[in-house]
Amino acid sequence: MMRRIYLDNNATTPVLPEVFEAMRPYFGERFGNASSIHHHGQAARAAVERARDSVASLLGCRPAEIVFTSGGTEADNLAIAGLTSAGDHIITSSIEHHAVLHACKHLEETGCDVTYVPVDGRSLVDPDDVRRALRSNTKLISIMMANNETGVLQPVEEVGKIATEANVYFHTDAVQAAGKVPIDVKRIGCNALSISGHKMHAPQGVGVLYVRRGTHLQPLFYGGRHERSRRAGTENVPGIVALGKAAEVAMQGFERGDDKNMAILRDRLQQGILAQVEEAGVNGDGAPRVPNTSNIYFDHAEGESMVISLDLKGLAVSTGAACSSGAIEPSHVLIAMGLRAGQARSSIRFSLGKQNSAEDIDIALALVPETVARLRELSPVYKKVAIST
Amino acid sequence: MPSPKTIAVAMSGGVDSSTVAAMLRAEGHNIIGLTMQLWNQRRMAGHEGMPEQVTGRCCSLDDVYDARRVAEHIGIPYYVVNHEDRFERDVVRPFVAEYLSGRTPIPCSLCNNHLKFDQLLVVAQQIGADCVATGHYARVEYDDTRGRWLLKRPDDRSKDQTYFLFGLTQEQLSRTLFPLGGMTKPEVRELARKQGLALAEKPDSQEICFVPGGDYKRFIDAYLAESGEALPDTSGELVTTSGEVLGEHGGIHNFTVGQRKGLGVATGSPLYVIQINGADKQVVVGGDEHLYSRTLRARRVNLISVEDLSEPMRVSVKIRHRHEGAPAVLEKIAADEILVTFDLPQRAITPGQAAVFYDDDIVVGGAWIA
Repeated sequence: MMRRIYLDNNATTPVLPEVFEAMRPYFGERFGNASSIHHHGQAARAAVERARDSVASLLGCRPAEIVFTSGGTEADNLAIAGLTSAGDHIITSSIEHHAVLHACKHLEETGCDVTYVPVDGRSLVDPDDVRRALRSNTKLISIMMANNETGVLQPVEEVGKIATEANVYFHTDAVQAAGKVPIDVKRIGCNALSISGHKMHAPQGVGVLYVRRGTHLQPLFYGGRHERSRRAGTENVPGIVALGKAAEVAMQGFERGDDKNMAILRDRLQQGILAQVEEAGVNGDGAPRVPNTSNIYFDHAEGESMVISLDLKGLAVSTGAACSSGAIEPSHVLIAMGLRAGQARSSIRFSLGKQNSAEDIDIALALVPETVARLRELSPVYKKVAIST
Repeated sequence: MPSPKTIAVAMSGGVDSSTVAAMLRAEGHNIIGLTMQLWNQRRMAGHEGMPEQVTGRCCSLDDVYDARRVAEHIGIPYYVVNHEDRFERDVVRPFVAEYLSGRTPIPCSLCNNHLKFDQLLVVAQQIGADCVATGHYARVEYDDTRGRWLLKRPDDRSKDQTYFLFGLTQEQLSRTLFPLGGMTKPEVRELARKQGLALAEKPDSQEICFVPGGDYKRFIDAYLAESGEALPDTSGELVTTSGEVLGEHGGIHNFTVGQRKGLGVATGSPLYVIQINGADKQVVVGGDEHLYSRTLRARRVNLISVEDLSEPMRVSVKIRHRHEGAPAVLEKIAADEILVTFDLPQRAITPGQAAVFYDDDIVVGGAWIA
């Protein structure tokens, strides 16, 4: 039985045992439609509201400002479509997740103007670029809190200030930040914020859009008055309960300093690889990052072949967002940072989760350098370069 | 198969390659399923009259889905590797360029040479596989006497695909397996059924994978339009073999040697395309008798069963995939050029096609008809 090491937690995370335990009763013994009047409904309703409280604590907001959705993508779409109308101008960045980018592209086709601000070599947005892009009809700014591919943290508080001064809505996609770094929506100054359950050890199929009180949001789903008429649809009770528990686990983790320990493990992996492999480096080096991610380029080694080779040896990593597997274009994030296509294609994302141990890192450190070496050996380009230098 | 190896199986989502994967797995080898994503079937959809929906052909979502399900069913790891860039550069662009130069290309041979037995072999090596196995009906074996790898025709002659494999080198052949070489198509389907493969009855695809419906002219128009390139004007004159101008044509890529329909002129007796002159954009037409020739010149030679042609050699030569093969003598007349002299005149020898040389069931080699 091959030992499998999972270092692709930015794609999805395993549901932690305590999270699974918390949600399990809501499939069977404590099932119910949270809107039903009877005992079963009341139990479900209570569970949903307890979860709402937990998520509100995680984000530093009021429970009434939490809207449960089917995930991060829905939350992003709800914010972008829900806070704008035809004729509005939107400012976003070139490195957003496709859920934001494609939602914006769609609005461009239906009467909105969108400005995509660029990023520098560390994949950081310059708040001044956001300010300079403001127009009289700018309605919404959407800048992500942490990038899924590089883990780089954006200057969202500064953007929040700009948005407040300009009286423009500010949404931030915090899907890759939630549970990894503390979030305080007041400090950020955002009107809306998205998180996703399966990126923080809750199951796939549940997420949250934080909507600041007083922010007028047009719903995407019509049907019932769920979530204060912001998102119709019977609540995914087990999923929501899980997300609430995952939020509690995350908060306990921050108190214990788990995020600092995660950074230590990640740095050990990163430094270990860079020490053993030449012509490799971190994409986004020098920028603040979430503690679990390291996106490393390996010159003259094909990323796709690396991922496959490592998978065949039991190590799971990725070359970029899961959504773009098999796609011909290299990561739009890495290209936006200024990497050449070849270097973007030679980049691997390592992302840790709460379940990873020091032993996992050691095994990864044993596998990665030899895999890169083997690929480079088979690369005629590498030999040419090596001989001439 | 001597000892268990790590084998990468090129899986197209069709019965043949799926059966190969199942067979080799059952024999105890370490199998990795690979599909090469070579052409985005949605790319041309709707352009210039191209069909809107494209399913059920290589690289379509359906085929990748089928391959993935087979891999899951037989319990092997499965990956899709993307080489669309290289396919476009080494197969599609040359395909268009050849037609626009008045030749009739064979994209399947180019795909074999550059993608299936080159790029895929590289990937296989990179991920730790000793060799690549495909569902081609052909055989490969090592001949101790000659000290060379031989490519041979399969048992099922009706499915013989060796015509498209003439470009394989010794290096490539040494790391290729063709497990279906000794089986007939009905036997393969039967084996697929026995292995519980749901696609045992899936029909074969016969066309060029990136030209849905086989209308290559429409494809060329759509491809150039999509790239923002103008279709070069290759219109010119339709002339007889004695140079008399019979009419005009709208582009040399609309014709292929031996073509009878669509000429736009009539003289009372059947007319066929005899020759296409890319340089002066003339299409020469004539009666059936003008289609015959006893010789052809072929370049970019690849020899498999022999190292070189120091002396003239008697072989059977196929000038098209669907050609019986005809007795001929091969003679090397320049560094990379062979003169083929047939015993009997052959009909519609077409520049751009391949001349593939056989010594009974051994593929001696082949070259491109000039």
